[in-house]
Order: sequence, then structure tokens, then C-alpha cells
Amino acid sequence: MTLIATDGFKPQQAAAANLQNRRRSGARVRLGPGPAIPFGLQIGSLALLVLWTLGSALGLIDPRILSAPWTVLDAFRQLIADGRLQDHFGVSAYRAVTGLVIGVAIGTVLAIIAGLSRIGEALIDGPIQIKRAVPTLALIPLLMLWFGIGEEMKIITIVLAVIVPIYIHTHNALRGIDNRYVELSETLNLSRWAFIREVVLPGAMPGFLLGLRFAVTLCWVSLVVVEQINATSGLGYMINLARTYGQTEIIIAGIVVYAVLGLASDAAVRFIERRTLSWRRTLSQ
Amino acid sequence: MAPHTVAVNPNPVVRTQDLYRGFNGRTILSGLDLHIQRGEFVALLGRSGSGKSTFLKALAELDHEVEGSGTLDVPENRSVVFQDARLLPWRNVLQNVTLGLAGANDAGRRMLREVGLAGRENSWPVELSGGEQQRVALARSLVRDPDLLLADEPFGALDALTRIKMHALLRQLCARHQPAVLLVTHDVDEAITLADRILVLEEGSFIEDLQVDLPEPRDHGDPRFGQLRRHLLSRLGVAAH
Repeated sequence: MTLIATDGFKPQQAAAANLQNRRRSGARVRLGPGPAIPFGLQIGSLALLVLWTLGSALGLIDPRILSAPWTVLDAFRQLIADGRLQDHFGVSAYRAVTGLVIGVAIGTVLAIIAGLSRIGEALIDGPIQIKRAVPTLALIPLLMLWFGIGEEMKIITIVLAVIVPIYIHTHNALRGIDNRYVELSETLNLSRWAFIREVVLPGAMPGFLLGLRFAVTLCWVSLVVVEQINATSGLGYMINLARTYGQTEIIIAGIVVYAVLGLASDAAVRFIERRTLSWRRTLSQ
Repeated sequence: MAPHTVAVNPNPVVRTQDLYRGFNGRTILSGLDLHIQRGEFVALLGRSGSGKSTFLKALAELDHEVEGSGTLDVPENRSVVFQDARLLPWRNVLQNVTLGLAGANDAGRRMLREVGLAGRENSWPVELSGGEQQRVALARSLVRDPDLLLADEPFGALDALTRIKMHALLRQLCARHQPAVLLVTHDVDEAITLADRILVLEEGSFIEDLQVDLPEPRDHGDPRFGQLRRHLLSRLGVAAH
């Protein structure tokens, strides 16, 4: 009897232990990425910098392929000391900002016209969609024939690149404005201008700012392209010249400036976004 | 509530005669005659699809895409309270109340105090509860001092307790500001609680038009309340219990 009882008991015990085991190893799987790591965004970039420094210090990276970080720092010091970096930066910034301002203005006006009138949409939307499908690079030969190889061509290229995201996102946001607000504005007897000021522009603002983020990035990208073709000044020219002489440290210095500019302008737009869209952040913050 | 003596006023605020509205050749409203006096609170009952929202849109002149004929006489100064509060999320509470009005900040603040939202002028709409948002919408309508207040199931989205509070508030405000009111609702109790006069719309025509002569405030336990309720429910095609 005792024997049988223990025999009968054992498998039960084993089964219970087994169940417990299964529970432990099969604890609910976490599908989300988990809490954020402090300074998480900087870790990857820092790791890359450490690898670069170690590789150069241990002689694993040929300086002709990639200059050491301290050589790049030296190049920076040199470029700033003789004023070359400031000059090239000034020229580039002028082109980028002029192109951006003109492009944003044109894109916004076109989006509002197309968003508020059917005729405007019929005339404007098609050409912009075609422009969107054509890479800006492919237009450069034509722009050079029309406007020469001077400043005009460079700024127009940037303007054309910037118009597209501004138009697309602003127009999309305009079209997405809830028809209930249009109905409300009619019952409140809003004038057309008051309707644009109170409903249309604030309603399109999230789309406009999204477009602006794309536009800012695109404007630097187009700048690189136009400055590497027939330029005699600007960051792109500086980089191109350094390539001719095999000065990788200057090429990298130029790339670092581009990266900093790109990140800084994106941060600036996000700052504007936080300020102007505070009405929808109050709960999510 | 408005005293019924105003009904003798020979100049109605709203006058429709033989009003017709159709959509794609289908008749939605036909032959509607209605007068509403200043200060009169009219509730319009009807089942879904009876045309009550179409009628309200006609009075609000928001029906751009429908075919219509007949006489429609509505005051220029009218406002609408929708089922949703319909506040602009990017404007604060006070700006929403005074939307489209220049130099109305003081009036807006006063109106917010009347609806019990003093001190919330600078809040964003997302920070308010559903009932508070609907009170802002009410303030936005009444600050314009309308001759006609159109309300399209304004309390339909609110919970039962909030709705009772809103009923009391609406009665108070209408008594004070004396607009003509057309309240579209499918809630028979709400209609009897609030209105001086109840209309029932069925397939585009009024099948009932009766004065509510119950003392204020209206008591749901009053046998006349129950009688009226049963009568209206049967007119709406619901078996009363």
C-alpha cells in the first residue's frame, strides 16, 4: 500500500514541479522595448567615436582613408584660425536660409490656395505632384541652362526642393481639417479672413511644421549637391577641394559641420513645434 | 421657463410655411408650418431618420447640398449647440467663447461665470470634461445673445448625472436670456422636463404639437408627467409600459 501510494504521489509531485518550471521560464513575454535608457541616444554615437579613436590610436585605421579624430580637430583649429571655415559657412548659410525662406513662403501660399479653392487645387496640385516625382538633381542641368551657374541657380534649386514637403504636408493638413469646424464657423458667421486665421492656419499648423522639418533637412541636402557642382565657395566647395588634395581631415571637418547644422536646425523646428502646439501636448506630457 | 403669455406675440421669431427639403429626389421634410415665439422653448422629438436633424439644419441654414422650397423666416442672430461641443482645440476656453467676436472678452468672462466655469478661461479644451466642454459651447452660443438657439441633441453624449445638471442650467439660462429655443432630441423625458411645447416629427411631417402645462420644476413622479410620457412614446411608435 505504502509503495503504491508513494508511486502514485511521485508523478504528481513531478507534474507540479514541471508546471512551476514552465511558469517560470514562460513568464509573460515583454513585447514593448521597456523603459528608456538615460542618454540612450548619445550612446551609439559615443561608441562610434571611441571605436574611431581607438582604431586610429592603435594604427588600425590608415590615416589616408580616415584621419584620426585629433587630426580633424587640428584641421578645425586651422580652418577657424585662417577664417576659411567662417567664410565658407557664411556663404552656405546664406544660400540655405534664403532658399528655405523663399521656398517655405511659396509652398505655404500654394498649399493654402489649393486647400481653400477647387480651382486652385486643379491648377496647383498636379504640377507639384509631378515635381515631387522628379528628383531635384535631375533638374540641375536644366536650371544651369536657364539660370547659369551662379548664386541664382543654387538658390532656385533649394527653393524647388523645399516647396514640395511644405506644400504636401500643409495641404494634407488643410484637407484634413474637420468639416465640423467649417460648419461651426458658418453658424458663428465668421468672415473668410477670420475663418482662415482661427480655423485654417492653426488647423494646418501640425502639418506645416512636419513639412518644415523635412524642408530643413532637404535644404541642407540640396546645398551639398549644388555646392559640389561649379561652386567657388561654400562648405561643399571646401569639401570638394579637400578631396582633390586628399585631405580627409578637412572632408570630415566639413561633414561634421553639416551634421551639426542638420541636427541643430531639426532641434530648432522641434522647439517651435513644442511652443506652437502646446494645446495638444498638455495631456501627453 | 418662459411664461406662456409670450405666445400671443404676433411677430414670431421663426416662421416656416410649407417647408420642403429633399435629397436625391427623396422627400425628407414636406409641408412644414411652424411659428416659434420669442422666449418659447420648443422640443422636437422624432425617431432616427424622421428628418429632425434636417429640419434643424434648415433653420440653421447649413443645408447647402439639399433641394428645398417653401418660406423660411429665421433671425440673422441665431446660434447652434451641436451634439459634440465642437471647441477649437487650438484656442483656449475664453477664445472659443468669443470666437469671431471683437472686444467681447468681458462678456465672454461673464458668460463663463454664468455656466459655472469662472477661472477656466485659459484652459485648453482637452483639459475639460465632456460636461464642461458642453458648457463652454453653451456659453459660446449665448454670449452672442441669440434670438434663436438651435440645439441638436446637445446632451446626448453626456452621462446621466451631468445631463440632469445641464438641464437645470439650460432652463436657467434660457429663462434669463429669453431666446426662442428649438431643441432636437430623442429623449422624451428631456423634452417634457425642458419644453413649453413639444413637436413630434414623423416621416417629414409634424404629427403632434402640444403645449406642456406642467408646473415648474417638473417632477418625474407627477402622474401628468407619466401620462404625457406614455402619450408621446406611443406617438413615437414605442409601446409604453
